[in-house]
Amino acid sequence: MTGFERARDDARLLVLEARNGRLHDRAVGDLPELLAPGDLLVLNDAATLPASLRGVTGAGDQVELRLAGPPTGDRWPAVLFGAGDWRTRTEDRAAPPAVAPGERLRFGELVAEVVAVALLSPRLVEVRFDRAGDALWSALYQVGRPVQYAYHDRDLALWTVQTAYAGRPWAVEMPSAGRPLGWRVLGALRRRGIELAWLTHAAGLSSTGDPVLDAALPLPEQYDIPERTAQAVTRARSEGRRVLAVGTTVVRALEGAARQPGGLRAGPGTTALVITEHMRPRVVDGLVTGIHAPGESHYRLLGAFAPAAALAAASRHADRRGYRPHELGDLALVVPSLSVDAGLRPGTPRAMRPEHASTA
Amino acid sequence: MSGAPYGSSMNLRDTASLVTGASRGLGRALAEILAAAGSRVVMVAREKAPLEQAAAAIRATGGVAHALVADVGDIHAVHPIAAQAAALVGPIDILVNNASTLGPTPLRLLLDTECEDLSRVLEVNLVGPFRLTKVVAGSMALRGRGLVVNISSDASVEAYPSWGAYSISKAALDHLTRIWAVELAEAGVRFLSIDPGEMNTRMHADAMPEADPTTLADPAKVAARIAALIAAPDLASGARVQAVAS
Repeated sequence: MTGFERARDDARLLVLEARNGRLHDRAVGDLPELLAPGDLLVLNDAATLPASLRGVTGAGDQVELRLAGPPTGDRWPAVLFGAGDWRTRTEDRAAPPAVAPGERLRFGELVAEVVAVALLSPRLVEVRFDRAGDALWSALYQVGRPVQYAYHDRDLALWTVQTAYAGRPWAVEMPSAGRPLGWRVLGALRRRGIELAWLTHAAGLSSTGDPVLDAALPLPEQYDIPERTAQAVTRARSEGRRVLAVGTTVVRALEGAARQPGGLRAGPGTTALVITEHMRPRVVDGLVTGIHAPGESHYRLLGAFAPAAALAAASRHADRRGYRPHELGDLALVVPSLSVDAGLRPGTPRAMRPEHASTA
Repeated sequence: MSGAPYGSSMNLRDTASLVTGASRGLGRALAEILAAAGSRVVMVAREKAPLEQAAAAIRATGGVAHALVADVGDIHAVHPIAAQAAALVGPIDILVNNASTLGPTPLRLLLDTECEDLSRVLEVNLVGPFRLTKVVAGSMALRGRGLVVNISSDASVEAYPSWGAYSISKAALDHLTRIWAVELAEAGVRFLSIDPGEMNTRMHADAMPEADPTTLADPAKVAARIAALIAAPDLASGARVQAVAS
C-alpha cells in the first residue's frame, strides 16, 4: 500500500524536542495529546492546482509548463521543462527549448503567450493565457495535471494531493505537511483546546531542473492571512501561548508577514523570505513538517527551530527507523519541548526560546 | 473572507455559494435569488448553453454568477468543481446539492429497473452530493462556518410505485444530511434537507407528463422560500424541512 492510500492519520510522526534533543516515535493520530491546550495551530488551506501543463511550442517542440504560483493580474509565473515526463527525475530532464516574449505555447485548445523571460534562468517565464475567468479555470482543470514525482510509481490524481480542508487553489505543489491531518485528528485537537487557524499560502515548486534556479528556491510566494488568524496569532503571542505551523509554507507566510512594516497584519502579501538556521523566528515556535534530509531547503528552515546537532540526530534516526521522506511521506513535529511548562508558559518572555541560532 | 461564524443565522450578503443543477428549474431559481441577496454564486450543470445563459442573466441584473460545466455524478469532476468555485468566488459558504436525476423515464417498477440505472441514480443523487460535500465541508469546518443544503423530495418519505430508484436515493440523502449534521455539529457547519414540493419543472414533466402544470408551484417562489430557510435562525442542523407547508 502506498502512502496516499493509507488513512490520513496512519502516517508516522517523529517528534523532536528542540531544547533537549529528545526524539519520540509516534503517529499523527497522537498529535492532540502531544500538543497542549492553548497552543495555536496554523494550517495552510491552499488547494493544489493541476499545475503541470503539457503542450508544444510554435515550432512543435514538446514542452511542459509548470505554473509556479497564482497569477498577478493576468500574468502567471511558470517554469518550462523540456521533453519527457515525471518518470525522469526533474534534474535529469531535457532542457526546454529557448523561448522569447511573444512565443505561443499550445496546450490542446488552451494557448499561453510568453510575456517575460527571467534573467535568472531562461526556464522561468511569465505567461498570459488566451482566456480568463470561468473559461480559464475550466481549461486549466481540463488540460492540467498535478505536478508529479519521479519517486512515485504511478500518476498522482488531483484528489491525492489535497488536504482535508483545502479551499482556494493557490498551491502548485501540495502543502504536504497538512495532508495526513484528517478530521478525526483535527476535531480531537479542537476538543483538547488547541486552537486551529488558517491562512492561504501559494506553496511553490520544489524543483525546476535548473541548478541556478533551484538554488534560488523558494521563489517569492503569495499569501493571504485572514483577520481572524492575524488576531489569533497576536492574541496567542501576547498571552505567551505557542504558535505552531503546519508546514514550512505557514512558517514562511507568518514570518514573512511579521517582517512587513507594522508587523503581522491581516491581508494578502508576497514574501521572498528564505528561512535558515541564521534566522530567528518572531512568530512561530515550532512546526509540523515532512521528513527532510540535510541539503534540502526545508531542512535548512528547520535550523531556525532546532540546533544543528539535534536535527542531524533526528535525520539519522528517521533514516534508521524507516520514516518515509517526501511529499506523501511521514511527518515530524519540531517543538521546543513537549512540556509547555518547560518551554513557553503564559506570560513568559520570548527569551525562553532555546538559544540555538548561532550553533550552526 | 473574514467575519464571525454564522451561528444559527446567515446573512447572504458577501457569501460564496455553489449550486448544482443550476441551468434550469429550481437550481437556476435558487442561484438567481442567492445572487440577488448578495451572494457570489457558482452554478454547475452538465449542459453548457442553458447554464451559461442562466449565469449571464444573473450578471445582467448586477449579480455575481459563474458557470461551471460539470457532471456531479462523475468522480473526477468533484475536486475541479470545488477548486474552481473557490478560485472564482472564494471559499464556499453555502453549498446547495440540487442536481438530481430520475433515471430512465417513463419511471419503472423496481422489478423492471436495471441495476445500472439504479447505480447511476445513486451516483448523481447520493454519492455525488457526498463527494462534493466531503471536499467543500472540510474548508467550512476549518473556518467554523458554512451551510450545506440537500434538495430532497416527498418521495424520500412516501413509497410511490415506480419512483423506486429516485426515492431510495433521496431517502438516503436525507439520512446523509443527518449524519453530516451530527458529525460536524461542533465544527460550525450546518446541514439541511429541504423538500421543495411539486414544482413546474422539466423534471416533474418527465416524471409525470400527465400532470397539469398550472397546479404546480413556480420554482421561483419555492426558491424564495428556500432562501428564507437558508437564512432562518431557528432551524436545527440535520433537519428535514418542507419548503412549502403541505
